[in-house]
Amino acid sequence: MVGAMSHRKTDTVEDDTAQDPRSRALRERALAALACVHDPEIPVLTIADLGILRDVRIEGEKVEAVITPTYSGCPAMNMIAVEADLALEKAGFTDRKITTVLSPAWTTDWMSDEGRAKLLSYGIVPPAHSSSRASLFGKEAMLCPRCGSPEVERISEFGSTACKALWRCKACREPFDHFKCI
Amino acid sequence: MSEDPLLPYTLRLADTALINGHRLSEWCGHAPVLEEELALANLALDLIGQARALYAYAAEVEGKGRDEDALAYLRDVASYRNLLMVERPNGDFGQTIMRQFLLSAFMHPFWEATASSRDSTLSAIAAKAVKEAAYHLRHCGEWTVRLGDGTQESHRRMEEALEEEWPYTGELFETDEIECNLVAAGVAVDPASLKERFDATVDRVLTAATLARPRDGWMQTGGRQGRHSEHLGHVLAELQYLQRAYPGATW
Repeated sequence: MVGAMSHRKTDTVEDDTAQDPRSRALRERALAALACVHDPEIPVLTIADLGILRDVRIEGEKVEAVITPTYSGCPAMNMIAVEADLALEKAGFTDRKITTVLSPAWTTDWMSDEGRAKLLSYGIVPPAHSSSRASLFGKEAMLCPRCGSPEVERISEFGSTACKALWRCKACREPFDHFKCI
Repeated sequence: MSEDPLLPYTLRLADTALINGHRLSEWCGHAPVLEEELALANLALDLIGQARALYAYAAEVEGKGRDEDALAYLRDVASYRNLLMVERPNGDFGQTIMRQFLLSAFMHPFWEATASSRDSTLSAIAAKAVKEAAYHLRHCGEWTVRLGDGTQESHRRMEEALEEEWPYTGELFETDEIECNLVAAGVAVDPASLKERFDATVDRVLTAATLARPRDGWMQTGGRQGRHSEHLGHVLAELQYLQRAYPGATW
């Protein structure tokens, strides 16, 4: 397993203005490198777009990237940790650590607007903004990502990955993925 | 009590999630339709992910050098502390759905309440698991209605499944010294406090499914103390085969 499992709480990627200029520059470099790491299962999105890159910490020459899984069993996490490590290595960091945290729990609200736009043009309906959802028999409304029709129906709550559901447009008859809102 | 109750408490949760996930994964290649193939595998994935986080924490609490893999792959039947319900054979699709619905009707409010635990790790695991449990509950609840209120044959099978699974629901609400100590410490959830939510969910779905709720009679017990049915040994034989045959194997 890559990256130690830790349960430390962490806030969203925040500006670390308290640091000295050198650390700030290193952090910028690390962030730029990590911004190129894509989700292997939704290659159109980077880990920053998804909001699963939670923090980058610099201590001297040491860099630590903090990531959080979308779902408890997300099988892409190990690969993301490996790719993040590789990206940092390519950016010249020799002392690297990738830490996985569970708290606070990831929510689709952390997905960037840019990420949502990328998803839609890729043919996946992005999650609605509010993560509150009834647990039984809730109704969802969305537009077909191809023809824009509101006449859509759910085929299955579960799709090709843990984070997506399978839908179909009744107007153009095309099936499509919906990034589930959690 | 000499042992920290947090260890057996966490192991009970981990074992239940792992065995439940493993059983559901047995549907791979056998589900009635492709969509359910994906759905059951997704449920299994969530549960195995939860199990991993719980085992990692149990290993940390134990502090004896065993890791999450050792806890999952190198303990025998008598050391497992899962609920009896989850080790039962899948049966037909309806029976699997009924079992998962009853379990989710409990696990959803359970994780919701555990998210407020004073133990920050359990609360972090719970805050993720509750979102997943919400999906499991809705998916299995919808199928329970569809099959219960479906054809004569599907109704009959769901009725039988409910009769079969009901005696295993008593274990959900059991408490012993381990829970009581942790409830008092604000770490664990008192399952009695979840009974009302469980009853309301079950009644609502069973009514919509035109199924009659069985009366609470004699309930099965023992899994949480390591007294299992013969089925668990067969599950573990398959689940642990690789690590038993090739100790320490990785790939």
